[in-house]
Parts: sequence; structure tokens; C-alpha cells
Amino acid sequence: MSGGPAGRPPLLQVDDLRVTLQTPRGPADALRGVSFTLERGQTLGLIGESGCGKSITALALMGLLPDSAQARGSIRLDGQELIGQPEDAWCALRGNRLAMVFQEPMTALNPLHRIGHQIAEPLRIHKGLGERAARAEALRLLERVQLPQAAQRLDAWPHQLSGGQRQRVVIAIALACGPDVLIADEPTTALDVTIQREVLDLIAQLVAEDGMALLLISHDLGVMAENVRQLLVMYGGNVVERGPTDAVFHQRAHPYTRGLFAARPQLGLRAAGGGRRHRLTTIPGRVPELADLPHGCGFADRCTLAQDACRAAPPPAVDVAPGHAARCLRLDAAQGLA
Amino acid sequence: MSEVLLRVTDLVKHYTLPRQRLLAPAPVVKALQGVSFTLRAGRSLGVVGESGSGKSTLARLVMALEAPTAGTVQLAGQDLNTLDAAALRRARAGFQMVFQDPFGSLDPRQTVGRIVAEPLAAQGDVAPAEMQRRAGEMLDAVGLRASDATKYPHEFSGGQRQRIAIARALVTHPTLIVADEPVSALDVSVQAQVLNLMQDLQDRLGVTYLFISHDLAVVDLVCDEVIVLYQGRVVEQGTPDTLFTAAAHPYTRALMDAVPGARARGASRPQRAVLPADAASGGSATACAFAPRCPWRQAECAVTAPALRPLAPGHLAACHQAEAVMGNAAPAAESTLP
Repeated sequence: MSGGPAGRPPLLQVDDLRVTLQTPRGPADALRGVSFTLERGQTLGLIGESGCGKSITALALMGLLPDSAQARGSIRLDGQELIGQPEDAWCALRGNRLAMVFQEPMTALNPLHRIGHQIAEPLRIHKGLGERAARAEALRLLERVQLPQAAQRLDAWPHQLSGGQRQRVVIAIALACGPDVLIADEPTTALDVTIQREVLDLIAQLVAEDGMALLLISHDLGVMAENVRQLLVMYGGNVVERGPTDAVFHQRAHPYTRGLFAARPQLGLRAAGGGRRHRLTTIPGRVPELADLPHGCGFADRCTLAQDACRAAPPPAVDVAPGHAARCLRLDAAQGLA
Repeated sequence: MSEVLLRVTDLVKHYTLPRQRLLAPAPVVKALQGVSFTLRAGRSLGVVGESGSGKSTLARLVMALEAPTAGTVQLAGQDLNTLDAAALRRARAGFQMVFQDPFGSLDPRQTVGRIVAEPLAAQGDVAPAEMQRRAGEMLDAVGLRASDATKYPHEFSGGQRQRIAIARALVTHPTLIVADEPVSALDVSVQAQVLNLMQDLQDRLGVTYLFISHDLAVVDLVCDEVIVLYQGRVVEQGTPDTLFTAAAHPYTRALMDAVPGARARGASRPQRAVLPADAASGGSATACAFAPRCPWRQAECAVTAPALRPLAPGHLAACHQAEAVMGNAAPAAESTLP
């Protein structure tokens, strides 16, 4: 990922972002030095399992970390440092220049407000629109996210809409102020496959039209394959592999990336195995708790290739190809894994 | 061949909605409109379809949580709806359910031991010490420790919670497990572990699964037979192999096309025939319910609903155009894949 054109800072630059959460077992490092840049029109995916830090990254970018959490490092939007700024400043950005689409459209919407009101809210707060202007704009947004019968739906309640329709409303809210960065955290996980495709197509189309930067968070490799150009694979608060999506999919440099691919059920596995039942290859062990993460490579305890050196110190990022790097000392051996 | 464990015959379920106007008839949702199938002991039947297709209604009726409007559910030859409350309670030991959300389905205020033993407590005639022993045994069977029985659900990850839910379902030694989207809330590597576990338990204990999922790859992996539901009717039935290599119903084909691909495509999104979202089912009452969304639609589809008919041994579909759908990769007039 290259920086912005000379003389202008990148739209979003995250440098060595570290987040420490307070847990009942003491402080735990949820993010251990995450860095990336994102320009307008770029699409970046964060993939990983629960607890890998992908949602914490999103919350940090939105200034929504819990009060007890400590964030260090740097998040710059157009060169302006966001870490450590007061809540007022976050409020001015959130829903305005930084917008987020959440996973569960039912809980993201307020059940006690009509959807037109909820879409108008950021417009009134950030853009200072009056009631009628905000309502007109809300209608335009609902039409833009292709909600059928938008005009009648302005006064609908969230419970009157289907899951896919609710997610369209959530997207309309996110788009209301024309954000620079759209963060979509598992936007289609709660939806049917046929609806998933429509919602992802819609997000892709809107991102292309508006030239937003898209940060897409998902655990679904298939979703990543079709929607982002750059991919970060996260594990234990670290980016263990990064690169162009095609390259990561093709090479699967890190053992964890390989494990993720192998664990995924795919259509036709049984047919390929002569109709016999197929056992999925699992990654041994379980995702460690953040407080238990080893000092060295976070994946070492589950990795069949781990050596003493892996446990001694966090492995550095090694270039596999230009723009494609993985944090692993055993990259050569990893190519031999299934 | 093992004997038939579950026989569902012409199952119909209508829900009456609140009246919109005082004098108008109350609207009725026809959640199931005549579903029949049999499931042999020790086998797995997958049920796929979008939300609203009747999958979960089917699960609730099979679990005798609700009474059908018409039709019967017979478990081991016994019609569950003719049993009185006490007999049904005793019979419940024989069929248990695993729910989708491992966070919502476990009581946060109960210890894991009590949660797992609760189905035994509901039977009423098991001594406390015996309940504890069997709960510990089940926790062990699903890969947790018997000592986990004193912990609370919040101390476990999503995958572990789903194991707890499976342990609870198995504690009465049921013959049938109804699993409603048991892995869709789980991470990829955890999902693989739970799917392997479910298959192992089937091999060891001979349980029968009614496996409800929207994920065709998961169904392909786990199930011996699949039924595809659309608006409360079975539109296709067959082995996963047949269905996913020679789908004969346009809806099955659309579901498969909607699965995100395994290959990285970056920004070059594949152009697929998009299934129009829930078009209001217009036309005559006898029309095929899928016709408004169907790319293969012909004049006769608006007149007569196709019956479920055999195409090959063990392969049934409800489509006038089934042979054409099976033979062709794409409908004549539509764009084909690049």
C-alpha cells in the first residue's frame, strides 16, 4: 500500500496502533502494532476470527473504544492525529467523515424511531439541515440504497422491514453525510446469501460512485475475494499477512492463512471425495485469550511449524513479493502445508 | 437401510397476524404449505432456503414447540401432536435442539453444569448426582472439561458455547437433534471444529440430524440428503451431490450462484444474474411462488404451480422447466458467466 501523492498526507494512515483493554484478568493487548494506509477509492479488507482485533481496529478508528481502553500509536485522517483528541472532536467526525455499517441491522437501528428520523439525524447534527430538508435528503438516500417504495418507508419502523432492508437503512445512515471512510464490520453476516450479494453489490457500487475508502471487515474469505483489492489477515492483534487480495489468496504465505483456507467448507468437497464424508482440516488448539497471548509469534502455539525462535520474539514482516508480506519465520516451510 | 425415524407428512402452518383494520379479515402468513419428507435413523437431512422460507417454522414444528395447522410429525412412529403434556415431556428426551446463537441460547446466570443438565432436570426423575455425572460426561464428549461445569457461559468463546449447547442437546441421549444454523455464528476454524464434532458424535452415538442452514457448503459437507424450501414448500430434494451439480430448480441454482466464490477477483466482480428481491407474489393464487423472481419463467408458470415430481431416483423438483434448468448453465435469454 503506497502513501498518498507527494505533498498530501494519505486519507487514513494508521501507524503502529496498539490498544490495551482492561479485562478481569488484567490488561490485555488487543492490538499489537497495526499499520496501514487507505486512500480514497481504495478497498481494504480485514479478515480474521473473533478476538483477532479486527473489530477493535474498527472501534479505534471510530473513536468508540471503551473508556477503560488505552490506545497508543497513531491514526491520522488527512494528516490530523485522531488518537488522544477529545470526545467533541470525535463526535464531529463520527457519522460525518467516518461512517460505519454494523453487523446486526436490528440492533444498529433504534426500534423506537422511524427510519426516516434515524437517517435524518446525522444530517441535522453534522450538516445543520432543517427538518424538511433532512427528510427530503433521507428520502433521496433511501432511494439511493434502493429500498423499494422509499417514500412510503420513510415513516416505517425498523421492525416493519426485513433484514436486508434494514441493512440498506443502516447503509443509508452511514452514507448520509458523504463520509470519506466507510467501515463495514461484517455487514452481511446476519443476512441471507442472496441478500448478502445485493448488499455487497450496493456497497461496492456506492463506494465506486462516491470515491470513498472502504474498510471491510469479515470472517468470510469468499466475501473478501470479491470485494477488496488489499487484504490484511489478522491474528492475535497482529497483522500476520498483508498484500493484494489475489496474491494472498494465491500464495497463502502465513501458516494461519493456510489454516483458514483449509478449514473452510466448500461446495463439492464430498463429490471430490467420492461421496464420502469429508473431515475439515482444523487449526489445532483454540484462539488464545488476549491476556494469554505468547510473547513471540501469537500463532506459535497452534502452528505445526513453530520452532523455538518463533516463541522468542515477535517475527518481523518478511516480504514475500512486492507489496505482499507475512510475519512468519518459516515462510518456506509454510508453502509445504496443505 | 435403517428405519425411518422422522416422518413429516403434509405439514402446514399458518400464522394469523394482528388485524390491520377492524372489519377486514386478519392477514395470514402461510409459513409452511404442505411439507413432507422422511429421515432415517443415523442420517442427516439438510434444510436450506432464505429467511422466510419456513426453515425455522419447520424446526419448531418438528420439535413440537408449536402445533401444526395441518399434517403430522411422527417420531419413531409416534405422532407428537397427539401426546398429552406429560407424555410429550417424557418424549422430549428423544429429540433436542441446538440453536443458532450460542450467546442467546445459554442462560447467563446459570452455571454450565446446570445448563447442560437442564434437559435431565426437565425429565424430573434423575438424581442430582447422576445429572452432574452425565453433564460432566457430555462436556467431555464435546471437547470441554468436566471442570468447566462450574463456570458461567460468559467465560467461554462462541465455539465453546456452541459445544455447551450441543452437550445440552445430547445429555438426554436423544435420537434426533434439530440443529438450526448451528455454526453460522462461528468463526471459520471454530466452525470446522464444531462440524467435525457433530459428525464424530453421529458416528459414535448414531444421532440423526435435521440440519437447518443457509450455507450450502456446510450442508454439502454434513448432510446425506437436502431439501430446499421456498415460501413454505419443498422445491427440490435430493442428495447434496445431485443438487449442487445438477440443480433442477431455478431457486436452488440462484442460491448456489449467490455463494461468494473461492477465487480472489479483487475489484473485478463477476456479473451474475441477480435474483430480484422478494417480488410481491402477484398473479393467480395457483401460480408458481417463485415465478416472479425466476429467469426461466414461462407462461404456464403463472397459471399452474408445478408439483414436486421425481426426475431421477431420489431427486425431486417442483419446476415445469426442471429438465431445461438441469441441462443448461443459464436461461436462454440471460447473460452467462464470463
